Parts: sequence; structure tokens; C-alpha cells
Amino acid sequence: MPARHATAPGAQTAVLEAHRLTCFRGGRMLFRDLDLSVAAGEMLEIHGPNGSGKTTLLRVLCALTEAESGEVRWRGRPLRGQRESYLASLRYVGHQDGVKLALSVRENLEVAARLGGGSGTESAIHRFGLEAVAETPARALSAGQRRRTALARLLLGPAPLWLLDEPFTALDDDGARLMQELLARQVEAGGAVLLSTHRPLAAGSAGHRRLELGR
Amino acid sequence: MRPAPARSAFLGMLRRDLLIAWRSPVEVLHPLVFFVIVVTLFRLGSGPGQHALAALGPGVLWMAALLATLLGLDALFRSDFEDGSLEQILASPAPLPLLVAAKVLAHWLVAGLPLLILSPLLAIALGLPDAALPVLLLSLALGSPVLSLVGAIGVALTVGLRRGGTLVALLVLPLYIPVLVFGTQAVTAAGAGLPPTGALYMLSALLVLAAVLSPPAAAAALRISLD
Repeated sequence: MPARHATAPGAQTAVLEAHRLTCFRGGRMLFRDLDLSVAAGEMLEIHGPNGSGKTTLLRVLCALTEAESGEVRWRGRPLRGQRESYLASLRYVGHQDGVKLALSVRENLEVAARLGGGSGTESAIHRFGLEAVAETPARALSAGQRRRTALARLLLGPAPLWLLDEPFTALDDDGARLMQELLARQVEAGGAVLLSTHRPLAAGSAGHRRLELGR
Repeated sequence: MRPAPARSAFLGMLRRDLLIAWRSPVEVLHPLVFFVIVVTLFRLGSGPGQHALAALGPGVLWMAALLATLLGLDALFRSDFEDGSLEQILASPAPLPLLVAAKVLAHWLVAGLPLLILSPLLAIALGLPDAALPVLLLSLALGSPVLSLVGAIGVALTVGLRRGGTLVALLVLPLYIPVLVFGTQAVTAAGAGLPPTGALYMLSALLVLAAVLSPPAAAAALRISLD
């Protein structure tokens, strides 16, 4: 597989960079010598078919998985040695919702705020239209409502970096529109976004780039 | 965003796990019922003679407490692993050993403390001498947190495996031997009118050791399991 690059030429200094990442999963090579970078105010869309390594790449970038080789840098320094401050700067919404079914929407978000050092549970609930089900145990919610709860964590305080794994899964049209809006706002506010999709987003502003995996 | 104050993250995690346990009481009750049944079966199976039972009683109680703890251990990380919450916990800026410690404390409050509260009743059913009861309580108070702490390492190592439950038992039971030995020794000594202090000191030492070493070890094991 050839080396691929998604480094914008002449862009502002990158906040998050990956150099020559190589990842295997179950003995199969997902990507080799992958370079990428995201600058503040930029959105990098990782695009690729199922099984092309999007989730693994995001897990590597949020320090959940170690890559076979290569290095991830946050603000020019390797992740190693600054894990806590890096994790404090990032919001990660994974492939799974990470929502506790026994807890209500509000309780789930309160726990997330406690762990992440954020606040603003009420406005996050309001923004995602979850007021009516705020006290309902997540067990009784639809898949889309659980996804909204997971995504509402993004609004618990500003974070310079969002890592999102298929954020549009299970969302209805309204939810997808809202998510687009939030992404645009995050980028406008000078935040960086890295997200994976299997359906490409509508090409937007200058700060919106694409990285193709597995082709 | 500032890193979460460690205290707030610890309390948030503790509250979360206690709330989840409160909402699904059946899972909490299983190990407790198991504890009562095992001890009762021993009582019934040993026939009408009191002598052999009085000698075996401390061991039976400790064995039952140990197996009941083992039964409930899987709940510590399994559901968080399956619904993706564990990823969120690992990706949070709060120190992971601290969050693990909060989870273990919640687990002990839900699974260990009730055993402690029930044990005097079962001790009487087994015919343990009255003098042994305070020591039994003290030994369980010192020993059962060690069971939860050590168990957490085993569960953290196996949480990514499909059939982790059996493996946890094989990994963790040998490590429970010192707790079983000193716990039984303390209660037996007290029952015989001897000072139980030596065994209790050993249990205290084990508790301190486990409390210091287990959270970072379990945290490292979780990172490996999720890799």
C-alpha cells in the first residue's frame, strides 16, 4: 500500500499530527506510513469503506490503542508524557455510545461532565432536544436518542479537539443538521475536528479536508 | 478545558456505580444469596454433630465469602466494556487509577459490605462461639476489600475476552490464599480463646498493599485490554 498524506500544504501550524502511523488488526494491515495533520479551525474527514481502519485510527489518535509504529503529536510534542493534558483538550465520541442504560440522560451527562471537567449539562440537553426524555433511563430511549446523548457530551465545555467516530449514525435528519451546525461552529471557533464517515459530508469551507483510507 | 479535579471525578464515578447498582438490585443480590446458600448447605450437609462444624466454621464462612465475591467480580468492568463506557473512562483526563479505585470502592460497598453485615447471622447458624464474632467481623472488614481489589486486576486483564469469567477465577483464586489463611486463622484463634492479633495484622498489611498496588495495576491492565 502506498504512503498517503493528508497534510495541508501551507496551512497554519497543526495542533494534532500523526507521522508514519502503521496499524495492524488481527494480523491484517489497516494502513501503513499514514501521515495526517489537523490545524485549529480545520475539519479533517476520514473517509473509507467498512473495515478500512477508521475506528482504529481514531482510537490511536485518542491514545486508546498503540500504533505498531509511528508517532502522534499534540501541539508539536509526542502524546507520551502529556496524556492527561491532551485528554483534557479533547472530546471523543466513539463508535459505541458509552451511555449507561440504567442512568437517565441527565445522569449520563453529569457523569461525563464530572470525568471530563466540563459543565453545562442543561444547555447540552436543550441543544440536542432531549428535554422530554432527560429523566428517562437510557434503556427506554431509541438508538438515535442514545446517539444524541453521546454527542451532547461535546457541548460540556469547549475543547480544542473533537474526535468523532461516525457521528451521524442513527441520527435523523434534524439530528444530522444539528450536528453539521455544531461542527461548523466548532471549526469557526478555532477548534479542530477529526471525524470518520462512510458517507462523505457536503464539501464545505476551506478548512474542510478529506483523507481516504483503504483505497 | 481544565483537567477534571480528581476529587470530583472520583466522587462522580463512585456515585455513578452506586446508582447503577441501586437501579439493578437483582445483580447485587445474587452473590449475597449465593453466600447464604453455600453456608446453609454446609450446615445441612454436615449432619447434626456440632463439633466438626464449629472447627470448620471459620473456613466455611471465609470460603463462601470468597466465592461470593468472585461471583460478583465480573460486573466490575464487563458492562462498561460492552457499552463503550470504558472507552470514555479511559479517554477522560481524570487519573485512571483513581477512577478504578472509585469503581472498586463502589463494588465493595455493594458486594462486600452486605456479606459483612450478614456474616454474624451465618456464624451463629454454624455454631461459632460468640467470642469469635467480633473478630470475624473485623477480619472480613479487613479482608473482603482485599478480595475486591485483587479481583479488579483479574477482571481488568480479562475484560476483553469472551469467556473471561472462568479465567478470572483461575487467575485470582490463588492470590486469595493469603487472605483465606489469615482470615480463617484469626477467627479460629478467637474461637479458641487465643489472641487473633497476628493474623489481623497480616490482613491489615495485605489491605494496605492491595490498596496501593491494585488500582494502578488494574488501570494498566485495562489499557492493555482495550488496546
